[in-house]
Amino acid sequence: MKPFAALIDRLIYTRSRNRKLALIADYLKRIPDPDRGWAMAALTESLDFPPIKATMIRRLLATWVDEQLFRLSRQFVGDTAETAALLWPEGPDLSDELGRDGQEIGEATEELTISAVVEQLSGATRANAAEIVAHLLDQLDADGRYALLKLALGGMRVGVSARLAKQAFAQAFDVPIDDVEEFWHAIAPPYDALFAWGEGRSERPSFDHLPFFRPFMLAHPLEDGVALDLNHYAAEWKWDGIRVQLVRSGSEVRLFSRGGEEIGQSFPELLSALDRDMVLDGELMVRGEGQGGDAQDAAASFNALQQRLGRKSVTKKMLADYPAFVRLYDVLALDGADLRPLPWTERRQQLEALAPTLLPHRFDLSRLIATQDFAALAQLREGARDAAIEGVMLKRRDAPYVAGRRAGLWYKWKRDPLTADCVMMYAQRGNGRRASFYSDYSFGCWNEDGELLPVGKAYSGFTDQELKWLDRFVRDHTVNRFGPVREVEKTLVLEVAFDSIHHSKRHKSGLAMRFPRIVRIRRDKPAAEADHIATLMALVR
Amino acid sequence: MLLVHSASRWLESHPHGLYVRPADVWIDPARPVAFAAITHGHADHARSGHGAVFATPETLAIMALRYGVDVDSSDNAAFAYSEGFTRGGVEFRFHPAGHVLGSAQISMIYRGERVVVTGDYKRRADPTCKAFEVVPCDIFITEATFGLPVFRHPPTGDEIQKLITAAAAEPERCVLVGAYALGKAQRVIAELRQAGWHQPIYLHGAMERMCALYQDYGIELGALRRVADTEKAEMAGQIILAPPSALHDRWSRRLPDPVTAMASGWMRVRQRARQRMVELPLILSDHADWDELTQTIAEVNPEECWITHGSEDGLIRWCELHQRKARALHLIGRDVEGEGETAIAEYEVRTPEKAKG
Repeated sequence: MKPFAALIDRLIYTRSRNRKLALIADYLKRIPDPDRGWAMAALTESLDFPPIKATMIRRLLATWVDEQLFRLSRQFVGDTAETAALLWPEGPDLSDELGRDGQEIGEATEELTISAVVEQLSGATRANAAEIVAHLLDQLDADGRYALLKLALGGMRVGVSARLAKQAFAQAFDVPIDDVEEFWHAIAPPYDALFAWGEGRSERPSFDHLPFFRPFMLAHPLEDGVALDLNHYAAEWKWDGIRVQLVRSGSEVRLFSRGGEEIGQSFPELLSALDRDMVLDGELMVRGEGQGGDAQDAAASFNALQQRLGRKSVTKKMLADYPAFVRLYDVLALDGADLRPLPWTERRQQLEALAPTLLPHRFDLSRLIATQDFAALAQLREGARDAAIEGVMLKRRDAPYVAGRRAGLWYKWKRDPLTADCVMMYAQRGNGRRASFYSDYSFGCWNEDGELLPVGKAYSGFTDQELKWLDRFVRDHTVNRFGPVREVEKTLVLEVAFDSIHHSKRHKSGLAMRFPRIVRIRRDKPAAEADHIATLMALVR
Repeated sequence: MLLVHSASRWLESHPHGLYVRPADVWIDPARPVAFAAITHGHADHARSGHGAVFATPETLAIMALRYGVDVDSSDNAAFAYSEGFTRGGVEFRFHPAGHVLGSAQISMIYRGERVVVTGDYKRRADPTCKAFEVVPCDIFITEATFGLPVFRHPPTGDEIQKLITAAAAEPERCVLVGAYALGKAQRVIAELRQAGWHQPIYLHGAMERMCALYQDYGIELGALRRVADTEKAEMAGQIILAPPSALHDRWSRRLPDPVTAMASGWMRVRQRARQRMVELPLILSDHADWDELTQTIAEVNPEECWITHGSEDGLIRWCELHQRKARALHLIGRDVEGEGETAIAEYEVRTPEKAKG
């Protein structure tokens, strides 16, 4: 447990992505099976021990610590697992005991491994879970106790996504990340076969019979002024939902998000919608009020979909109010055959044949945009004021389905962003290499009473040179400090671009921007001439 | 005004300090007074502008350095440990508190009743100051900065070793340690020397004068250099000390890709360390941890505990559970979040230019 606890500790304090990768990769190379596999499972949140709950830990602590002192401590620390790890009484100093008995240190007690911990936690029942956890806590120091409780309760909070952990694996063993992604969902912890393959001890595994995730094919942004030959590229709408992959293999069905996370539990209606083995690529959306052109295409805006995202369980009302469906872009496998090597045209033919056989209220086909002329396409794109349309996708007709972003194959051509002139209100220091700069800015627009209300926050879009200037501005125009936040004089106008804007109850202005970024510093513009809330309201769709 | 204890009508707790009425002396007052007895030199205890200051020689020297207090003035008086003075029938005495150089507990005897004010203190060994002394008393006025059972400082040697390991682990980077300019900085340096780190240690300009003062008092700190006088490349693999407020400031841009460390008891709590954007938390404090606080109360074994700045609630609860009489005193200006030293760091950072001359 020591090396894992040390890894967790380092990850918590490491902000650089590359350093995190290096730390995990180093751990994976140093630590033997199956410990490293369980560590990966913990980092990717793939472990679950239902009998172990925070309330149980709290009750356990009550046998050692006065309830009031625990409560005061918990308030201060802000995390039950950490509070418990710090409060648990230290065991007797083993080195002393052993010294007295004349035994060699390290020989007498075997170091508690993460595998042993997982094994014991997996065997826990509601009746004996507290006893098992107590026994494990007794064998660990404060850092070890923290790692144990985080692992047992879930929610590591070490700033490592599942994707990052997989990337670290790829880096450690110098294997393609796409393969790691692909195999990941086919193998259960502690992933012995994956490590054997990584270390070159076995062949590349095959999991065609399992419902595993295929890494998505992604698109490059189409640069301004570039025109493509539509004889070679097919055009279709880019819908504003979330990209998903729906996989059925044998009797098992999985729904994966773009990062390969399983999100099926939030969308049970889709898990039961297939009766044939296949892998579909599409846009997950919610049925809405006639947006998307005609009744058949109707989809609600991204806001509606957000009601469904991230839910562990879904109520009947949710299912009725926000029914989910998938707009199909592609078919990657059918009846066990991998279609990915086929050119897009052939996959599209299969998809068009397949779509009508699927449940119509759960699936529809993403239509191609019928135009031969790029200029006409540009006009159609500009004219598309539909909330569910994000832009246009251009796909090379002869291209196979390959993982990641490959030059020349797929392009996304987003609608021009909306912009607004806003006034900087607050600034906050950034992270990592930006830690000494005020690089995160909140900005606002005017309401009818001549007050500025915050409408968004952005930390990108500017050059390093502009960042230095903005940092200087913040330092020279601070009127108030709230911890890491500085309030500035309301004099600087920022031109902010955003993909869309929605109603929001979270903000006083009643508005929330999607993907806001700063495109220009308008030193020339007086703050009084910045945009009004009402103007932004008119852009809500 | 508030009479805090019927048995001690002569000692009054005011928001800005403790007032010893028969002697007309304030202890660590937060605003200028005619007569002030000072426990130690941190800015939340030692302020400028008093008529006369009574303190240990080291504390007076620190106040002279910071506020230009005139050490030789006949108004002020310096007292070595276990020495003191009598004024208005109250017998004052200074005893080591183990917090920083010159730090003292102040004991007072008036009409047979004995009160001890700890100021800030710790119990573990510190090569830069004299160890805390248990002084039996009737009323024990203790700090409670870390008055919750989650605060248990690990062995100092382990934390220093973490620092040395980090400096060696990434030789192309430096380790930048945030440490308060008075006390913590010198302690970290002295501990590093004891642990066998003999390379020069590089300092933010604001720390220089205080280190020199410690050296004048015979505390070995080894070779110290100014960051401002050093080439960036020379500091790779080295240990740099700066006040916490300089850690993420533009000042740090002159360092080679620093690993940001912070030496403080608050580093025990992970999310706190994260909030301060610390990569290498060093749990090193000049305040007593929970075990030291409770052990000290047990050893001093007073009739009654008065608990000041920090987590009073936690320590009062402990007293309650152990059938000890206790109450909270609410003094203002005690900088608990900054471990009593933020104000100084700010002060020091603002005057580096002056420090040069």
